Amino acid sequence: MAETDATYAFIDAIPHSKALGMEIFSVTSGEVELRMPYNSDLVGDPQTGVIHGGAVSALLDTCCGAAVMSHPDQKGKMTATLDLRIDYMRPAVPHQTIRAIATCYNVTRSVAFVRAVALDDDDARPVATATGAFVVGGEK
Amino acid sequence: MSLNKPEPVQVIKQRRDAALSALVASVPYIRYLGVQFDRRGDELTAILPFREDLIGNPFLPALHGGATAAFLEIAAVIELSWLGLWEDLENGEIDLDALESGPPRPLPKTIDFSIDYLRSGLPRDAYARARVNRSGRRYASVHVEAWQDNKSRLFAQATGHFLMPDIGRNV
Repeated sequence: MAETDATYAFIDAIPHSKALGMEIFSVTSGEVELRMPYNSDLVGDPQTGVIHGGAVSALLDTCCGAAVMSHPDQKGKMTATLDLRIDYMRPAVPHQTIRAIATCYNVTRSVAFVRAVALDDDDARPVATATGAFVVGGEK
Repeated sequence: MSLNKPEPVQVIKQRRDAALSALVASVPYIRYLGVQFDRRGDELTAILPFREDLIGNPFLPALHGGATAAFLEIAAVIELSWLGLWEDLENGEIDLDALESGPPRPLPKTIDFSIDYLRSGLPRDAYARARVNRSGRRYASVHVEAWQDNKSRLFAQATGHFLMPDIGRNV
């Protein structure tokens, strides 16, 4: 599908996502999974080696934006974040890849609503969750 | 008896700057993003110098929402820690020699962080100031505002809740 291809191409072209080492794992209609391998540059607490919340936020933001782009109503067009709320449940286990799964569950004429979860190797206990609103069909 | 002689200005500045840089330098991700802090007395301004790899939309171009989020969260956490440190620092209760090996106490942990993107971040330096609205023994609420060229035209703002480190006092 065109929006799926456009999402792949777009995420690959984002300099900041590339810098943080984000990789696309899967893109389907309105749902995207990204992965961010452990990297010592992203550590927030050197005593424990836990990844900084800000890096998890960047992963969740990218994943949510990608989920919006991949939604059939958005037709692969660019989007921008209106607001994003992140809840941090627990520190990610050091040296594990962080996965983010975002679902764009509703799109109106102007706003796309998204929720996402960030996980490490333990599927049962999320590291963080996010909910956000995104711009539909172009720029702010 | 005569009044206590005020401390020489260099001594005061050296102490405050050493404490601030110990706080900031302890976090690899702050170093990686290149966030710096400008201090005037106890007032902090966080600075995110522009870099190509902070771009999120190469076509506009615009800063990545995630970079903005991380920048605001860093500004909030450092402000909160700084405020908690200030009194002890001024009362001489912080061991200045120990600062080289890390921050005097653990950083607060983010419980939640909610970012409001007001306009797209331009490809240039960004600034942020945080205000601690409530700081209790266990929880704190912090608001952050970020701007680029004009301080009256914010490009993002955020509110976060934080869990304060257990420093074994006030129990």
